[in-house]
Order: sequence, then structure tokens, then C-alpha cells
Amino acid sequence: MSNSALFLVVLITAIFMVVAALVIAKLLAPTSTNPLKGDPYECGIPTRGTSWMQFKVGYYLFAILYLVFDVETVLLFPWAVTMKDLGAQGLFCVLFFIIVLALGLAYAWKKGALKWK
Amino acid sequence: MFDFAIVTSWIDQFLRSFLSAGWTLFVEFVLIGLVILALYAVLALLLIYVERKVCAFFQCRIGPNRVGPWGVLQSVADMVKILLKELINIKRVDPFLFKAAMFLVIIASICTFGALPFARGLQTIDFNIGVFYLLAVSSLGVVGILLAGWSSNNKYTMIGAMRSGAQLISYELSAGLSLMAIVVLSGSMQLSEIVNQQAEMWFIFKGHIPAFIAFVIYLIAGHAETNRGPFDLPEAESELTAGYHTEYSGIQFGFFYLAEYLNMFIVAAIATTMFLGGWMPLHIPGWEGFNQVMDFIPSVIWFFGKAFLCVFLALWVRWSFPRLRIDQLLNLEWKVLMPISLINILLMALLVL
Repeated sequence: MSNSALFLVVLITAIFMVVAALVIAKLLAPTSTNPLKGDPYECGIPTRGTSWMQFKVGYYLFAILYLVFDVETVLLFPWAVTMKDLGAQGLFCVLFFIIVLALGLAYAWKKGALKWK
Repeated sequence: MFDFAIVTSWIDQFLRSFLSAGWTLFVEFVLIGLVILALYAVLALLLIYVERKVCAFFQCRIGPNRVGPWGVLQSVADMVKILLKELINIKRVDPFLFKAAMFLVIIASICTFGALPFARGLQTIDFNIGVFYLLAVSSLGVVGILLAGWSSNNKYTMIGAMRSGAQLISYELSAGLSLMAIVVLSGSMQLSEIVNQQAEMWFIFKGHIPAFIAFVIYLIAGHAETNRGPFDLPEAESELTAGYHTEYSGIQFGFFYLAEYLNMFIVAAIATTMFLGGWMPLHIPGWEGFNQVMDFIPSVIWFFGKAFLCVFLALWVRWSFPRLRIDQLLNLEWKVLMPISLINILLMALLVL
């Protein structure tokens, strides 16, 4: 059995589980309506305005930094697998790569991107 | 040692004896799905019970003790109860994304779960890029959590989702890098191959200090990725009610709860597979008698024993430390764990060469 087919089976299993549980809940659970029931929960205080608005930029900075380092992980994994064949030369190249990345991290650190404001 | 491939091939031959090839495949797929579902549900119930009981002992209480002997049926009763709860329709949500979020969270969790090698010959998905697959699929959960928080149109969920997003993506880096240290050591990304290479000696011993550092970093990062313990900012109940799943009710909330507990187990299981030898018994080179005694213990017991040891560590940490602030949390990752894990990979490469 190929892995891709098995992956599909697992995926369908996951979807099936959610759908089945929702259907069971729909059949068994009671329903009652009330004009206040559908309000967003804010500890009883009527909510003001929408929540879909501009948000703190600090999270965004970390997301951008993450992007850089996550792509780096993707590039490093193939090296990790073939490390023994590539030997010292490969290690040297990767060392250079990591130093460049570390410089990037040091730059972000110095600029204050890692500081929570 | 007992090999589960005997059971699976026996079922395969039994089905083939009276069904055509296509139908055999279909029945086997259905069986695989059912087994995964059953294991997932049973583990979830067990983990919830274990968590409540361990938490109670840490706090000098008795914990659940009314339903069944020692309260073992408590989580079963809770699951039935949560299925019977009303699903409230919130007015101003984005209905499609609100529903899609819980699908994504469960899909991320079950797809990772399906790739774990539970015992000898008992593994569903075995990609040759298994480690990559684990990292890729488990990071889908972040999308689900962000969607859940955003689509609820509620300030608490929004703040919770944003915190969770920042936390999960940050800690994913050092989790990935610490697993990479093991990939450097083994030279393979296939999980079954990684487990097989640990037959003589587990990687945590084989890799000396770098492997141990990677193990500790993975436990910390994995713990943070499950949104638990001192890293439970996204659902800090004293300030955000329940964080990103505030607006979910009944079984919809149950999915997030289920995924959280299973993710705890999955992190423990990945740590077991990569560092503690998966289902391989403890072998010490040179001690022949000892090794043979260890071989008698079935592989399932080895795997779950080691995984539950890691789960216990996670619970211990959760109930022992106070919650971190968000700047402390991000500092820990970006200024401590990240540099250490980058250097650790180079150390591991030097060790292997």
C-alpha cells in the first residue's frame, strides 16, 4: 500500500470523525433560542464594535522573522540527510550559511525586533 | 519480540481468500481508519483521566473518584456529556471559517498521529521524509487556531489566537532544529529507519551531549507548541476566559480539547521515536543477558511506557511553574533556544564526521 493512499485514508478518517461527532451532537443535543444567546461572550458586557480590526504589529514582526528561519530549516534538512557523504566540505558550506543567518538574527536583535513593546 | 506485521498480513490473507483485490484494499482502508479512530479516542480519554489524577496528586487532592473504580470512567462520562451539550449559534461569526477551524485542528492532530510507529510492524504512514511530514502536518494546527480566533469575532479569541500564533510559530523553529540534530546523526528522515538504527543504542546515548541538548530543547519547544503548562498564554483563563476557543460550545469545544491532549501525547511520542529509541527495548552493548531479558518485553509496552514518561514530565512541568509573560516567552525562544539549537546542529555534525 502506498503511503500517499494511506495518508488520504488518515485524512478522510479525521474528517469523518469531526463530521460524525457533529452529526451525533446535532441529533442528541437540545436547542433553544434566546435573543441574547448569540452575542459574543465578553463576560456579560455588551460588545462594542467589531473585532476584525488592526492589530498589534509586534506579532507580525515575529511572523516575518519566522518565515526566514523556517525556510532555512527546509534548506538545511536535505543537507542533514546527506551529511555523511558531503563530509567536511559540506559542513563548511553549511557553517557559512548558518553564520549569515546568525548575522541576520543578530541584526534583528540589535534593531530591537526581538523586544516586545 | 512480537511483530505486528504477522497480524496485519494474516488479516490481509484472510480478506484476500474471499474478496477481490479492490475490495480487500477497501476493507483494509476502513479497518485502518477505525483502528486509528479507536486508538485516538481511547488515548484521549486516558490522557484526560491521567492529567486530572496527576494534577490532583500534585495539589494534594484525590481527583476524580466517583464514576467507576478510582474514577476511571470519569472521562467517558464527560465525553458523553459533552456530546449532549447544545451547539450555540453565535451571531456575528464567519460561519465557514468558524467550522473549518476545528476541522483543521483535528486533521493536523490525526495526520501526525497516523505517522507514529507504535510498535514493531505497527505504523500506518511511513514516508521516506517522515520527519518533514511530521513538522509540516503538525504546523497546520496553527492555521486552525488562528482561524478559530479570528472567525469568532470576539476580542478574547482574537488576542488568544494572535498570542498562540506568535508562540507556536516561534517554538516550531527550535522543535524543527532539534529534530534536525537527530536527522544529522541518523542520516535518514524515515521514521521506521530512525527507529531501526536505535536497536543497539538509543540516539540520546549515541549522540552524547548534542543529542541530550536536542532532547531537552525538543521537550521545551514541544511543550510550548501544545499551549500548555507555563506556556498557556493563548488561553490564560484569568485574562482571556478560554483564549481562542471561547466562542465554541459543546462538542465543537471538545475538538479543541481533544486535539490539545492528543498533541501532548504526539509530542511525547515524537520525542520517544527520535531520541528514546521508539519501540526499541533498552540495550546496553556488552550486557548480553540484560539485553535478552529486555527483548522479552513487548514493543508496544516500550513505546507507550516511554511516551507516558514524557507525558508525565509535561504534566509535572505544567503543574509546577507559573505562567510566563509574552516577552519572556519570546525571549526564551529567540534569544536562548534558537541560538543554542543552531550551534547544537553544528556540534552534532562535528561529532558524526
